[in-house]
Amino acid sequence: MYSLEFTVNGQLCQVAVDLKTTLLEVLRDKLFITSPKVGCNTGDCGTCSVLMNGKLVRSCITNALSAQGKEVTTIEGLAEAGELHPLQEAFHDNYGAQCGFCTPGMILASKALLDENPKPTREEAKEALSGNLCRCTGYGKIIDSVMAAAEQMAQAKS
Amino acid sequence: MTMKVVGQRVKRYDGMAHVTGETRFVDDVIVPGTLTIKAFRSPVAKGNIKDLDTSAAEAMPGVAGVITAEDVPCNAYGLVPDQPVLVEKAVRYKGEPIAAVAAVDEDTAVEAINKIKLDIEEEKPVFDPLEAMKPDAPKVRPEGNVFMFGERPFRQIILGDVEEGFKKADIIVENEYLHPSLEHAQLEPQASLAVPDAGGKLTIYTVSQALYFHLGQLLGILQMEPDKVQCKQWAPRTGSSWRHNAGFSDINYVGGTVGGGFGAKNDIHADHVTALLALKTGQPCKWRWTREEDLLYSTFRGAWRMTIKDGITKDGRIVARQIKSIRDAGAYSTLNFYVVDKHSFLAAGPYFIENVYVQGYCVYTNKPPASSMRGFGITPATFATEVQIDKIATQLGMDPWEIRFVNAFRKGEHTATRRVVNSVALVEVMQKLAEKAGVDLPDKLMTMTSTERG
Repeated sequence: MYSLEFTVNGQLCQVAVDLKTTLLEVLRDKLFITSPKVGCNTGDCGTCSVLMNGKLVRSCITNALSAQGKEVTTIEGLAEAGELHPLQEAFHDNYGAQCGFCTPGMILASKALLDENPKPTREEAKEALSGNLCRCTGYGKIIDSVMAAAEQMAQAKS
Repeated sequence: MTMKVVGQRVKRYDGMAHVTGETRFVDDVIVPGTLTIKAFRSPVAKGNIKDLDTSAAEAMPGVAGVITAEDVPCNAYGLVPDQPVLVEKAVRYKGEPIAAVAAVDEDTAVEAINKIKLDIEEEKPVFDPLEAMKPDAPKVRPEGNVFMFGERPFRQIILGDVEEGFKKADIIVENEYLHPSLEHAQLEPQASLAVPDAGGKLTIYTVSQALYFHLGQLLGILQMEPDKVQCKQWAPRTGSSWRHNAGFSDINYVGGTVGGGFGAKNDIHADHVTALLALKTGQPCKWRWTREEDLLYSTFRGAWRMTIKDGITKDGRIVARQIKSIRDAGAYSTLNFYVVDKHSFLAAGPYFIENVYVQGYCVYTNKPPASSMRGFGITPATFATEVQIDKIATQLGMDPWEIRFVNAFRKGEHTATRRVVNSVALVEVMQKLAEKAGVDLPDKLMTMTSTERG
C-alpha cells in the first residue's frame, strides 16, 4: 500500500491506495464523494470527469497516485461561500440537467472550457464537451447552459 | 386567473440536486459492509447444463455466498413468468446468468466466478427470426419459437377488407423494411443494492422504471409470503406471477432516481439477484453491471422486419394497407408481446385508411431478451410507414407532402382499432412544419383543416 496525499475540494486528504487503485475509486469508495459516476469505467463516457490542478481528467482511468500532491475538484467543490457557480445556476435555469447522471462531469468539463476560453462559440463548446456523453437532452440545452453561463460570467466581470 | 404552473416555465424539482452533485443514484448509496456481486454467465448461446460446480468458489476466503437456480424459491419471472433468475438446465442466450457470487470486494468476486466449473452440452442455436419460424428450426423454447397471442401465432388487427380495398386501387406499392436492434445506452448501468435487516426483511435500492410491476415480480420470485404467491414455471398469458398486495411490507423498495432509462429499466435485471444474495448472506449486497455487461446482456429494442403492401388511388388516397411485422424478441417474452401489440394497433400510422390488415409476430431467438424502448413498437413502424409514403409519392409522381395531407386523420375518423380520434391536428402541424422549414406548399394543402375531409 502507498500513501496518497492530495487536496480534494480544498481539503487535505490522506488515503492508503495500491498501484492499481484509480482516482475514481479513491473518491467514491474511500472518500464517499459520489458525484463522479461509474458510467463505463473505461474512459469513454465522461461521467467520472473531475478537475486535477484545473485540468479535466477522467478519474476512472487516472491512477490514484498520479494525484499525489495535487488539487482535485469535484462538483461538490464548485460552490463558493454558499454561492453556486454560474455554470450550476445556468444548467438549472436552462434545463441542462435531465436525469442528472452526466451532469457533474458535464459541468466540470464546461468549467475547464470556460477557465481556458471564457467566450467560446457554440462550436467550441460542442468540441470541448464532446468527450462527455448525455443520452437525455440531445445536448442542445447543455450547450445553451454553457453559453448562458459564459454570458453571465462576462457580465459579472465588466 | 394567473396559474402557478400552467403556462409558466417551471424548473426541475430535482434540478438543484443534479447540479450540485447531491442526487443519490443507486450506486451512490453506500452502506458499510456491502458485498460485491458478480455473475457467472453462459459462454454459449444455447445448451444444456450437465453439471455446475461452485464448491471452489464457495470455499474461497472472502466469498460470503454463491447462489444458483437451487437458491431461487420461484425461478420464473416476467409479466408472462417465463424467464429464470438463474438458469437451471436450458441456456437460451450467450451471457445468461447461471450463478452469482457475493464477496468482500470486486477482485475476490471475479476470482470466485473464474473458479466455477460448468459442464454444458452445446446445442445449435437459431439467431434469425425467419429461420426460427420454420417448423424444423432449433427450439429456443419448449412451447415453440412463436409467441401465441391467444390461439393465434400473431397479433391480428382487421379493419374493413384489404382484398376489396386492393381491387379499388390504381396502384399497389409493396416494400420490406428492416429496423435493426438498438441499445438504450443509458448512462447509469443496471445496478441494485439490497440491505437485509435482522427480521429477514429487505430494503432494495432500485433503478427500476416500473416500481410496482417489479415489486410484485420480486415478491413472486422470493416467495416471501408463500400462502399468497404461487410459483408458475410457465403459465399462459393470464397466469402472471404479478400479484397486488402480497407481502408489500417485506420489501422496502426504494426507487425513483433513475440515471436514464428509456425503457432499459422496465424489466428486472439485478434486484432479484441482490435480494437473494442479501437474504442468503445476511449482509448488504450490491450488483453494478459493467458497461460491457449492460451493452451485451441487458434488454434493448429488438429488431423488426416489416412488409407493407398499400393500395392507392390516383389522387393519393391509401385505400388498403396490409402489414406483416416480425419482431425478434430474443429468448424471453419480457415486454416483447406488449411491444408487438402497440406496434400492431398503430402500425397503419396517423392516416385514415378504411381497409387495414396487420399481423404482428413475436419470435424467439437465442439472443438476449429484447424489451421496451421509447415508443415500444411504434417507432420502427413509423420509420417503415413514412418511408413507404415517400415511395408511394415517387411511384405516383406526387409530392410526398400531398400524400400525407390527403390521408391524415380528420376529426371523427378512427384508427385501425376503431378508436375514434377527436383531437387531431396533423394537417395543421404539417402546415406549421412546412412554414418553419421554408417549404412552399400549394394553397390546396395550406387551406386544408383537420376538421373536415376536403
